[in-house]
Amino acid sequence: MAINCTVNKKKVSLDIDPNTPLLWALRDHLSLLGTKYGCGIAQCGACTVWVNGEPTRSCVLPISAVSNAQITTIEGLDSAGKHPVQVAWDELDVPQCGYCQAGQIMTAAGLLKKNPHPTDQEIVDGMSGNICRCGTYHRIQEAVKLASKKTKK
Amino acid sequence: MKTSRRDFIQKTALFTGVFTLGFDWFSAEAAAETSTMEVVTGAGRFNAFLSIDNLGKITLFSPNPEIGQGIKTAFPVVVAEELDVDWAQVQVEQANLDTKLFERQLTGGSGALKHSWERLRKAGATVRKMMMQAAADQWKVDIGQCKTSKGFVLGPAGQKASYGSLAEAASKLPVPTELTYKDRKDYKIIGTRVKGVDNKNVVTGKPLFGIDIRKPGMVFAQIVRPPFGATLKSFSAEDVKKMPGILEVVSFKNKVAIVGENTYAILQARASLTCDYSSDAPLESNETHQNWFDEGMKSEKAQVMRKDGDFAAAIASAAKVIEATYECPFISHSPMEPMNFFADVKADSVLLAGPTQVPQPAQKAVSDLLKIPVDKIQVELSKMGGGFGRRLSNDFVLEAAELSSIIKKPVLVMWTREDDMTGGTYRPAARYRFKAGLDKNGEIIAFALRGVGLNAGNSTRQDNFPVGAIENVLIESVDQKSAVTTGPWRAPITNFLGFAEQAFLDEVAEVAGKDPIQMRLALLEKVKTKPVGKITYEPARFEEVIKQVAEKAQWKKKPGVHQGFSVYYSHLSYVAQIAEVKVEKGKPKVTKVTAVTDCGEVVNLSGAENQVKGAIIDGMGHAMFAKLNFQKGVASPSNFNAYRMIRGNEIPVIDAHFVNNGIAPTGLGEPALPPTGGSIANAIYAATKKRHYKQPFN
Ligand code: FES
Ligand code: FES
Repeated sequence: MAINCTVNKKKVSLDIDPNTPLLWALRDHLSLLGTKYGCGIAQCGACTVWVNGEPTRSCVLPISAVSNAQITTIEGLDSAGKHPVQVAWDELDVPQCGYCQAGQIMTAAGLLKKNPHPTDQEIVDGMSGNICRCGTYHRIQEAVKLASKKTKK
Repeated sequence: MKTSRRDFIQKTALFTGVFTLGFDWFSAEAAAETSTMEVVTGAGRFNAFLSIDNLGKITLFSPNPEIGQGIKTAFPVVVAEELDVDWAQVQVEQANLDTKLFERQLTGGSGALKHSWERLRKAGATVRKMMMQAAADQWKVDIGQCKTSKGFVLGPAGQKASYGSLAEAASKLPVPTELTYKDRKDYKIIGTRVKGVDNKNVVTGKPLFGIDIRKPGMVFAQIVRPPFGATLKSFSAEDVKKMPGILEVVSFKNKVAIVGENTYAILQARASLTCDYSSDAPLESNETHQNWFDEGMKSEKAQVMRKDGDFAAAIASAAKVIEATYECPFISHSPMEPMNFFADVKADSVLLAGPTQVPQPAQKAVSDLLKIPVDKIQVELSKMGGGFGRRLSNDFVLEAAELSSIIKKPVLVMWTREDDMTGGTYRPAARYRFKAGLDKNGEIIAFALRGVGLNAGNSTRQDNFPVGAIENVLIESVDQKSAVTTGPWRAPITNFLGFAEQAFLDEVAEVAGKDPIQMRLALLEKVKTKPVGKITYEPARFEEVIKQVAEKAQWKKKPGVHQGFSVYYSHLSYVAQIAEVKVEKGKPKVTKVTAVTDCGEVVNLSGAENQVKGAIIDGMGHAMFAKLNFQKGVASPSNFNAYRMIRGNEIPVIDAHFVNNGIAPTGLGEPALPPTGGSIANAIYAATKKRHYKQPFN
């Protein structure tokens, strides 16, 4: 039986193995390639998307669990790159190789949605689930702060 | 500066109004330095292009694959500066491998910028001069009366013409032979913070990477590789072939490839596949490697890499002898994007696409493997989700090509994280034994190093400081052959040797009763006044970074803060560091690292800071956590749950400074890494009186 959900505000119907992790459904079946694979075991955060507004590791979430859910991927955050987190990421020149950054951005934007003005420690804690092999951590933390300033009170 | 005719391939307006100047960035000077990249590819030489159309659009083609070291931004910055255009006017594009237009393309790591600096400047300055000449001809004035600014030529009577309007006329002029470069005080782009040219695409999630490649008719595949040293005897394919979404299961070179319609189908099929292996010799384990280290340390057949004076006699006469042994395991590169590659092999043509740092050698290797001429093999370059040296090897390109030739389909071969971590071409494991002899005044009179590497080649860097300051030196290397595959890993060899050496010198300073910084400075003074043998580094540049870091970090002037010092020269740059450690709940915590780097001219300050901070975090993370174990030829752990990567809540404050002395720039992808393990270990010792001799520390 097909699984229906909403991805980036569009209704989709997935008639595939219900155990398929959301990550592979997005990448292989919906051609949304912005969400990245890094570990497949919920350790690195590269695959982070929002499920009903919650940052979620899509690599370990079977699509059977997202029936009727609202999913937002990096492509749906703001395709023009105008979300405060995206703007801050560019302004502070965060990316090195860039591979982890979709997951970092979705995590950061999720964090700010819940807590628009986090403390430094809340930023560090909120972001430490995401690995960046290039070591862009300082700028990630600074960019979350900058994005928080850009977010209207 | 002279320009020779052979540096240029002038292409006059292939299509109307577009001025394209073929430029050989790497031509004249031979590369003296043996950088990582050259070990793999041979002497570096490549070309690039800039084009200006008659609407004034300026496109700089970056022929080098981008691995996150910022080359795609830094190279065009230099061209744009000498061309004298606004950065906002410039578009940067990644050029694909084209052996007709470009003679050789490779990402040259830390050596690349140095080798191309003159060429990049020349590329910009040449075209700037041609624009001025075209304008001077038009206005019937002398070229000496013309100036440029932001993409315009300005004439003596207030005339103004855009580069775009001059492009066609300029393209018909002869290439000038005499050039003048900008004075660095007039730089408008170099040395500023230039944002990565791909940022916008990255933050909006564009499909830029190899893993994102999609082509018509393409299938997916994963490959099951044997334990190191093992031979595939048999495998169970029948049930696997029947699984949904699976197209084929084929075997080649001891590997089994599962070809399917999508990733998840293949992942499930893999779980049901069983492979039987055999081997002639016993498969390797941790114990095997320990035995090989022990043997290598005793071996009579060590290769003497450098000998000054008479080490044996000097050590026998020493008042004090210090000896220490250091060891590091094999580690994986673990770029965030695991290996992958696309190949479409047809009867008489091949398309390769994906993340490789060495497209031309990849093309050549595929040509050799499939017996298809190189001019029939097209290579498209994708962005790379990190490399750290891993994408200098061609194994994953060859596998994809071979598989495509067997199944006769376009295929994207994807490595899982587990494949990537257990699939080899690791940083080689090594053991080092240092010995130093002090005279009764605490002066070092004898110094020896023996390196034993497992598939490491020469595991020493025999001309490294303090060699050059000591009368009696013996440097030896032993290479033990292992079935475990190895390759360059960010700052090859020095990524661990740097730690070992800097930790050892700290111990020597302590036994000699000297301050570690003063001891280094005194040794460098000797290099200046009484050098011993061949010297490959510049002592004055060494001294400068040391003095600056001591001042910036307030060496030994911060009560309650435990500091550790290190300084290292590698990949043509000098980096001095002071790490600070505080003890919290009985555990040492690295709170800050101050680094002073001399990489010559800083081309892009934003990129330079990124590289220094990234390299320090990388060096620290791997020194603390990284290790692969071996049992029966199989590496473990295989994923980030047990193979720990440093995270954002574990990083120290990093204070990165640059000497920025205007010397031709050297790259920055690597040099800040080697001193990191040393500064941290020395600070931990200052805090805890416990020395680390092995990585990982934890
Ligand atoms: S790929 Fe999902 S957490 Fe790493
Ligand atoms: S930017 Fe390369 S992994 Fe984060």
